[in-house]
Amino acid sequence: MAKTVLPGTYFWQGNEACSEGAIVAGCRFFAGYPITPASEIAEHMALRLPQVGGLFVQMEDEMASLGAVIGASWTGAKAMTATSGPGFSLMQELIGYAFMTETPLIIVDVQRAGPSTGQSTKSGQGDLMQARWGPHGDYASIVLAPNSVQEMFDFTIRAFNLAEAFRTPVVVLSDEVIAHMHESLVVPPPEQIEIVNRKKPSPNDRKFFMLDDVAPMPSVGEGFNVAVTGSTHDEAGSRFTSSHIVHQFLVKTLVGKIMDHVDKIVDFEAYNIENCDVGMVSFGCTSRAFPETVELAKEKGINVGFVRLKTVWPFPEEIVKEMAQNTKMVLVPELNMRQLFYEVDRAVHGAAPVIPINKVGGGEMISPEEIVAEILRSTK
Amino acid sequence: MAEPFNMKRYLRPELSLPFCVGCGCVNVMSSFLKAVHELGHADLNKFVLCSGIGCSAWIPSPYIMADSIHVTHGRSIPVALGVKLMRPDLNVVVFGGDGDLAGIGLSHLIHAARRNLDITVIMVNNMIYGMTGGQVAPTTPHGAKTATTPYGNFEYPLDTARLVVTAGASYVARWTTAHSEQLKEAMKKALTTRGFAFIEAASPCLTAFGRRVGFKNVSEMLRWFLDNSLSLEQASKVTEKERLNKIIVGEYVSREFPTLTDNIYQTLKGTEKIA
Repeated sequence: MAKTVLPGTYFWQGNEACSEGAIVAGCRFFAGYPITPASEIAEHMALRLPQVGGLFVQMEDEMASLGAVIGASWTGAKAMTATSGPGFSLMQELIGYAFMTETPLIIVDVQRAGPSTGQSTKSGQGDLMQARWGPHGDYASIVLAPNSVQEMFDFTIRAFNLAEAFRTPVVVLSDEVIAHMHESLVVPPPEQIEIVNRKKPSPNDRKFFMLDDVAPMPSVGEGFNVAVTGSTHDEAGSRFTSSHIVHQFLVKTLVGKIMDHVDKIVDFEAYNIENCDVGMVSFGCTSRAFPETVELAKEKGINVGFVRLKTVWPFPEEIVKEMAQNTKMVLVPELNMRQLFYEVDRAVHGAAPVIPINKVGGGEMISPEEIVAEILRSTK
Repeated sequence: MAEPFNMKRYLRPELSLPFCVGCGCVNVMSSFLKAVHELGHADLNKFVLCSGIGCSAWIPSPYIMADSIHVTHGRSIPVALGVKLMRPDLNVVVFGGDGDLAGIGLSHLIHAARRNLDITVIMVNNMIYGMTGGQVAPTTPHGAKTATTPYGNFEYPLDTARLVVTAGASYVARWTTAHSEQLKEAMKKALTTRGFAFIEAASPCLTAFGRRVGFKNVSEMLRWFLDNSLSLEQASKVTEKERLNKIIVGEYVSREFPTLTDNIYQTLKGTEKIA
């Protein structure tokens, strides 16, 4: 009987790599609702999860999907769902609930062109800000952005590790191109894969929420009689819906447990940032144009470097700032109408001009030639 | 049973209940806990209680000493499904109001019945959105004046119990809080039914509904419940028009067939150790 994937080299679709990464990470529950271009993750999990002792269920909508994932997470299981823009929008209220109740879970958002139904089969990067600010209220988000099939596997594992370590929902922000393309990837031997599991309470613990250090998480059925609520609550889970002191302490804890550990979370690839004349910042499918752009620009005598974001949130602002100190300009190509641009501009803070390159719809990518043309135009 | 019923035994000691004077939620809570007691559960360590938003969502959370998951409006049943699938050995009970379960969360109720998910859902039907101040609900009687139907309710109330029978539930009963003994017995049956069990308890909300439609106190509302209740047999003998705005009480269905967890675990047996 098939177990978790054996070490070796495989030629997989991005969505398949995501599913296998989840299984390696210990995911044993998936609830989802069909949506292009994420459906292959559900199909693969429906087949594979029972083979490793897990369960798959297809729910009646995306709210129900994330609800079931939340329930499963409180039984102690590592649990996930996968969706795209319209479904991601429907899930936002329960994502806020997961922040508030410190429920670890994974949402894979395979982006397509929006808003609304938009273009279901075409790639986009318009969910960048929704992945950060989707639910109402205050919280801090962790969002990972793979740009290859290998990273669909690796980042899904990391997403589970971060969710378990910080007791928080984590978004894997993929896109149609990364999710649907096939590439070879390497599955390392198990001893080389780091797996993190949530901290469990000891028998006398009664504080399960909002501790300075991430609180231990009991499971239902263990006799802790844990009270879980999306209303403002104290460490034991009792509602306090009028005290500003309790609410402020709670929200500061939710934000602080992520933002005080940015150094452990933030990840990026920086190339030639010390010496470049022109810097670039992007993520996901768009960032796949970077290596070729560097080569093309070199032929034209221009020295280009880049920061590719592996975590888009928390935003790796220090490295972007560092690159901007030495460059004449910073380019921000993205498949939306300026979302990353403003965040980069804020980090660069006037050290260099920040130039947006934007494209939406039709599955059209931003090519290395287009980026080089923009560099030539802007350096004139 | 060894000990007499003591409701406090099942409640968190440090908390006092939040309900208005005369609120039916207290009666539903005590019927449930009596049922649990009579079934021989000394504590609720093997129960998981899920609820959404509304006054009745506060019956379990956090007052009852059990694991409780108090979620967003309408989504208690999906959360209960996630718990039950991964821990089929636990008793999973959902508490909710008519707004939560028959309004915003109705599709989850229908699908849970269709799946024959082995949980118990207790719907406290006060015929109004009480917590938000008395707006019309999908269960409000035709013609009733509420905060958002100042000219009277133009719509007709949903017959939730009958809907859930049609959707495929294993056990369905409707009573009012004026029928406390029948309600408690129905809860015992629901909790011991293998499969999806649904109880609708018509419940008085004097604060947000009763006063608006002319009741002076809760006793008057309970009298109205009794006077307007028809048994299933009585209801079968009157016209559709005569049934309008009546509360049709009794056991709607009691049948057993394989549950969702039965189907999953039996089919997947042998693929690997399941959960």
